[in-house]
Amino acid sequence: MKEARLLDNNGLRVDGRRLDELRPLKLEVGILDKADGSAYIEHGRNKILAGVYGPREAQPRHIALADRAVLRCRYHMAPFSTDERKSPAPSRRELELSKVIREALEPSVMSEYFPRATIDIFIEVLQADAGTRCAGITAASLALADAGIPMRELVAACAAGKVEGKVVLDLSDIEDKKGDADLPVAFMPKSNAVGLLQMDGSLTEDEFKQALDMAVDACKKIYEMQREALRQKYLVVKDGDDEKEETVAEVKP
Amino acid sequence: MSITRQLSPVAKLEQKSVVDLISKGKRLDERGLMDYRPLTITLGVVDKANGSAEVHLGKTRVIAGVKVETGTPFSDTPNEGILTVNAEFVPLASPTFEAGPPDENSIELARVVDRGIRESKAIDLSKLCIEPGKKVFMVFVDVYILDHDGNLIDAAGMAALGALVDAKMHKFDVKNGEPVFKDDIMPLPVRNYPIPITSGKINGSIVMDPCLEEEQVMTCRLTVTTDKNDCVCAMQKGGLGVLTPDEIKQIVATAISKSRDLRSKILSKVN
Repeated sequence: MKEARLLDNNGLRVDGRRLDELRPLKLEVGILDKADGSAYIEHGRNKILAGVYGPREAQPRHIALADRAVLRCRYHMAPFSTDERKSPAPSRRELELSKVIREALEPSVMSEYFPRATIDIFIEVLQADAGTRCAGITAASLALADAGIPMRELVAACAAGKVEGKVVLDLSDIEDKKGDADLPVAFMPKSNAVGLLQMDGSLTEDEFKQALDMAVDACKKIYEMQREALRQKYLVVKDGDDEKEETVAEVKP
Repeated sequence: MSITRQLSPVAKLEQKSVVDLISKGKRLDERGLMDYRPLTITLGVVDKANGSAEVHLGKTRVIAGVKVETGTPFSDTPNEGILTVNAEFVPLASPTFEAGPPDENSIELARVVDRGIRESKAIDLSKLCIEPGKKVFMVFVDVYILDHDGNLIDAAGMAALGALVDAKMHKFDVKNGEPVFKDDIMPLPVRNYPIPITSGKINGSIVMDPCLEEEQVMTCRLTVTTDKNDCVCAMQKGGLGVLTPDEIKQIVATAISKSRDLRSKILSKVN
């Protein structure tokens, strides 16, 4: 056999996870001093920072909208975040992801409250594993909440995919590269609404349905972890406790 | 940086009439909600290209050309040729298109078309290797939008596929790592036929193949690209709206069945 297998004889994956098991997640809220809102996520070996500025005056002025805030979003990978150095100039991939991430977050933001303003979302991937767009969305949604921007709901995101003919949740780096399909999904559980959906690879209709359901279920779990991360951050402040804040929500699935 | 797009004032005025019609199950051009506009595809419209195709989808008009050149392979795929898809939103096609470097919309379109071709393994790139690690053929697919009346992704995807099945190159031998071309010609090694089908969501209803007026009022769209085995090979949701999981599954099912007609229509043009 020339290639390492992605599933062992017990049906476990290379990192020992079950087919429908998430990688370990760690969420922190409010970790940047200057940004109006910020969050940090570790999802598997992904390390991603999200910062939000705004609502603030639209600059340049001509981009302002009369009836709502403009959302601007930049997804960017650090040159040292990948195996081979990535040029810091924005790639076509990053431009596309900036767009789909903005479109996933925008339905959750009550931008109609802030006409002529901008809300700027910056996502910096410090270390890339796989599923950076999803982890970026999960963090950016927390950063928006941390900035105090009125939102309908938090947005959680997670990918499903296929390796060795089996539908699996939350692909790791090697599964993403050697696997058969990748299906990133961003989801708002209370509204039962998918805001980001992309796919590449090959899935039958039944496999697709299974993968979509699996990703949506995982988003619901991540959503609870996001809420817990916010609770940890803000309940401490409410109690007037000036001691070092415990702002880490950690879940080992 | 990606930024919220401004809706044109005309679109806001037209919004009501489009929405009213759709709530009655009708559309501006009298199609049913799940009807595709008439599609015509002409292969071989540009002699200088290795392959070319022009697609008319309603009043949307797209031309795609394939050029084959030699180049250096990527280090992680030393035995494979290179596929590149690029899209130009030519300023003559729409009052909203501007000359200049590609914006996020043309990049998104090109990347969705690229994913369909790449992920369905439509081209056997291993047959385009000249000398492993040194020299391979590069297949450039350039999509030109000529008239924008909505649903550019589908029109572009089918034009790109048409241009690929139309494409021919000279047979070659390899001597000292260089290709030596013979007089005989051969088609590109195309072995799968991905078809993108886009549906839009307008006021809670799903419509297939949205025209420009519908695009301007729809909250979001979902493109589903399926291959000849009815497998989904690429998807892209776009726009600020949201879809429920059930809506998504419905859109995938209709895309799979619709793609069969369109695929046989394109393949009937070959030979």
